[in-house]
Parts: sequence; C-alpha cells; structure tokens
Amino acid sequence: MLSIRSLTKRYGNNTVVAGLDLTLQRGECYTLLGPNGAGKTTTLRCALGLTAPDSGHIELVGHPVPQRAREARRHVGIVPQIDNPDPDFTCAENLMVYGRYFGLRDADIAARIHELLAFAGLEGKHDTHIQTLSGGMKRRLTLARALVNRPELLVLDEPTTGLDPQARHLIWDRLKQLIRAGTTVLLTTHFMDEAERLSDRLAVLDAGRMLAQGNPRELIATHIEAQVVEVYGDWSNGAHAANGGVVAWAARHGAQYAHRHEVSGETAFCYVDDPTPLLTHLATQPGLRYLHRPANLEDVFLKLTGRELRD
Amino acid sequence: MTPHHWHPPRPSLRFIPVWRRHFLLWRKLALPSMLGNLADPVIYLFGLGFGIGALLPEIDGIPYISFLAAGMVCYSTMNSASFESLYSSFSRMHVQRTWEAIMNAPLELDDILIGELLWSTSKALLAGIAILTVVTAFGFVEASYALWVVPVIALVGLVFAALGLVITALAPSYDFFMYYFTLFITPMTLLSGVFFPIDRFPAALQTLSTALPLSHAIALARPLLLGSSPGHAWLLHTSVLAAYFALAFWLAVALTRRRLLR
Repeated sequence: MLSIRSLTKRYGNNTVVAGLDLTLQRGECYTLLGPNGAGKTTTLRCALGLTAPDSGHIELVGHPVPQRAREARRHVGIVPQIDNPDPDFTCAENLMVYGRYFGLRDADIAARIHELLAFAGLEGKHDTHIQTLSGGMKRRLTLARALVNRPELLVLDEPTTGLDPQARHLIWDRLKQLIRAGTTVLLTTHFMDEAERLSDRLAVLDAGRMLAQGNPRELIATHIEAQVVEVYGDWSNGAHAANGGVVAWAARHGAQYAHRHEVSGETAFCYVDDPTPLLTHLATQPGLRYLHRPANLEDVFLKLTGRELRD
Repeated sequence: MTPHHWHPPRPSLRFIPVWRRHFLLWRKLALPSMLGNLADPVIYLFGLGFGIGALLPEIDGIPYISFLAAGMVCYSTMNSASFESLYSSFSRMHVQRTWEAIMNAPLELDDILIGELLWSTSKALLAGIAILTVVTAFGFVEASYALWVVPVIALVGLVFAALGLVITALAPSYDFFMYYFTLFITPMTLLSGVFFPIDRFPAALQTLSTALPLSHAIALARPLLLGSSPGHAWLLHTSVLAAYFALAFWLAVALTRRRLLR
C-alpha cells in the first residue's frame, strides 16, 4: 500500500529524515511513534508527494511518488495535524466542496453526506456552520471529509492531539471500524495508549531514524523488562536519614535490586523481570512509596528515545 | 530556490473545483460584495468627476468626468483583483489553511494558483463591468466601443491578480500588503493617467509611466470609451499587459512552490 526505501529529507544542514525504510501492508494499521521533531510529519509529507525528498524511493497505492502523487492521492484520505475545514461553510458544504476536488459528481457526493456525517457522530449538523463546532466536532468533520473519496489508505497526523477523552474514544472507535472494514491506516502520534490500542505494527522514530519496529506487545517483550516499579517519596533509613531522597536510595540500592534503573526528577524507574526482591526491600523502607505495574509502550519509547525534553 | 520550482505553470482544468469553491462562498455574500465593489469607484467618479470637473471643465476637449471614466474602470478592476489576490488568497493560504486541505486532494499547487488567479480575475471583471455599466448608463462615455473594454478589463484583472499572488507568496502577514499599496499601487495610480493626463509630466516620469501596466490599460480603455479605436498601438499595449501577466504569474507560481512545497 505504501513502500518507502532509503528516504532522506534535509532542510539546509538539518537532516529531518535519515534513510528511512517502511512498508505498509494492505489492511493493517501502522503507527509512526516519535517525539516532536522525530520526522513523522515530514515522512508523511514525502509519502503523500507534498514535498520532494532529497533521495529515496516512494510508492503510494501503486504509483511512484512524487512523480504520480496526484493520481495516488485519489485513493488516499488525509486527516492533517491542524484542522482546516472551510470556516465559512456548513458541514455539508464542506463535504460537497471537498468531494469536488476529487472529481466526484455533485449527486454522488450529496448521496453520501448523510452517511459520512453520521459516521463522524455529526448527525443533524448538516447545516451547522463550522465556527459553531467544538474542537472535537471539527476533527470528526475532518475525518468524514477524508473519507469522501472512499480511500484505500487513510493517513492521520496526530488525530487526537488536543481532544477531550470522549472525542478521542470516538475517533479510536471509528478508526477501528474502518480497519475492520479493510481500510489501511497510517497514523502518527505521541500518545502511547493510542499507538498500543490501534496499531498492528508501529515504528519508533527519533531524529529521522527508525529505532524499532513491530507489534506493540512484541516490542514491549523484546525491548524491555516485564515489570516496572516506580519508587518515590522520602528515604529515611538509619545513617542516611539526613539525605533522604529517592536519588540517594537509587544510588545505593538501584543496581542491587533492579536489572536497570533510571532516575527522572523525584522518581526512580526500576525495570525488573522478577520484582519480588525489590518489593520485599521496599516494604522495609519507611518513607519510600512505590507504584508497581507491567511495562508498557511508554517504557520502550523512553528507553529508545531517552528522557530529555525535545523542542 | 531549487530549479524544479521554476517549471512553467502546468495548466489543467482541475482548477474548476477551486474556482467553484470561491464562487459558492461569494454567492453567500454577493449583494454586500457587489455593493462594496461599486460604492468606492462610484464615489470617486462622482466626487472627483463633478468636484474637479467644476474647476476643470475640459481636458483635451473632453468633459473631465468622461476623461475620468476610463481611469475609474481600470482603477476599480485593478483594486478588485489586488484585494482578492492579496488579502483573500493570503487568508486561504496562510490563515485558514484552505490550500493545505486542497493539496491533500488530488490537486497540485499549480491548480490552486490557477483557481485563485481566475477567481480574482472573475471578481475584477465583475467590478470593472459594474463601473463600465454606470459610466455608460449615465452617458459619460460613448457606448459605441464600450463592449471592447470588457476584454481589456479581463486582461487588467489577470495582470493585477498575478502581481497580487507574487506579493502573497512573499507575505509574512497582512501588514506586508500595505507596502505593496503605498510603494506600488498608489504611485502607479498617480502616474498612469487615472485622474489626470501624464503628458504634462517631466520626461523622466513619463518614461517611468510607460513601464507601468496601469498606463497601458488606460491607453487601451480611454480611447475606446471616448468612441475611437486605440489604433495600431493596441498591439503594443496588449503585449505589455500580456507580458506582465505571464511573467508575474510564473514568478507567483515559483515563489509559492518555494514557500509551500518544502
């Protein structure tokens, strides 16, 4: 459905995508996961033929890109990162105008408007003006708009950023429906739960490179210890009572009880396969508190991309 | 700017849905839009026409208001094309991200720009024809050649729509357009014979005037509206306007590609 080989894209001296390889199978949901500046959006823009790569080969729904990007986009639906419905039109007019860009006949578009609005949870909003829609409604309208041409591939750039939980769940539910119905989905996100819920496969990107790729469960199993104990609070143990922080505890006991540990701010993250010795120890440490949980995708992500802030 | 930005514009009929989008929106606001288009030039026409006309009964044997009529037709056309291709196109490109949405469909930037160009030209055509109708109906001009002014209006619309799109491609914000008006449009209006003849100007300014597109527009429209043909010079004036249009649109397309297809 989409094949990207050795994609490189530079802006001046800044290499945004550095030799990326990626293949999307028909019918799967594939997620690009990465911190800000990882090259997710640039990869999408190259894949859709909206910018020319510096090198690499791209094929989108059977067409070489960027040479035949326009023909390829005929079969693709796109939900951009920033909503851009036409603000002066109603919901129905937005869909009509957008369908015309695909060369669809007015009668065919008109016949689909009701169904599309209903799918996006916008029943009865036919004649509602865009200015009066909430952020979540606008995003859903953008999703409906992306489906006007019955796309084989749906591309979504951070589809739930800035939405409330209700709106996010509705978007997820609709995407699952589309995936079940056979639509191939490519999305970018930095929400782990979103990637974990929806994707058959995902790729972790950082600084324009792919750090890991695979099924979310497999990635967790391959890249990280099974259990995480997050330790925080005050450490007051005998001689060390004076400097009673988690940092001091981790310096003294971290390596002893955890296979791997990281201190971030006031919390020590201890990665373990068998948590029993650590939990037994923690039970005897007054002042320290902890949270014990199974490892998740966020742990994999932070391990691969590091904990420092991205700008 | 990389070489592929300099490909000549690739015309196709795919601009039609873009034009129709603008038309659908305009239809919602058609009445105030048309009144706005007419009010400004008509106020100038009657205000200056009768005001200055009272002091200056004739220019080269022509009543001042008849002299002014051709100027107002071209001026009104220019303004309409400029406002649409500057403020409205910029708003669709930058503020509302309408172009971004269109580029996600199977259209190219060239299609969008041709749609913008022809839409601005359509609005300019409407504005020019409106004032042409007023000056003809009031008998300020000779009606015999008046219809020949319509293609002139269309060409003037294309020129200033294309020039406007060049500025839009470079604009960081709406404020930028003020420079275009104060440094280009306003001095050009004064040097092109809209309000007064330029043949009494110093030679250097007259030479400068012959380089300005609005002068050539007026050189075509004024004789036609005074009931005579512009003679063989029509070919020169038309060629200058066509060259302005072609070069400006090419530049607009190249600069917009550089801005958006990064």
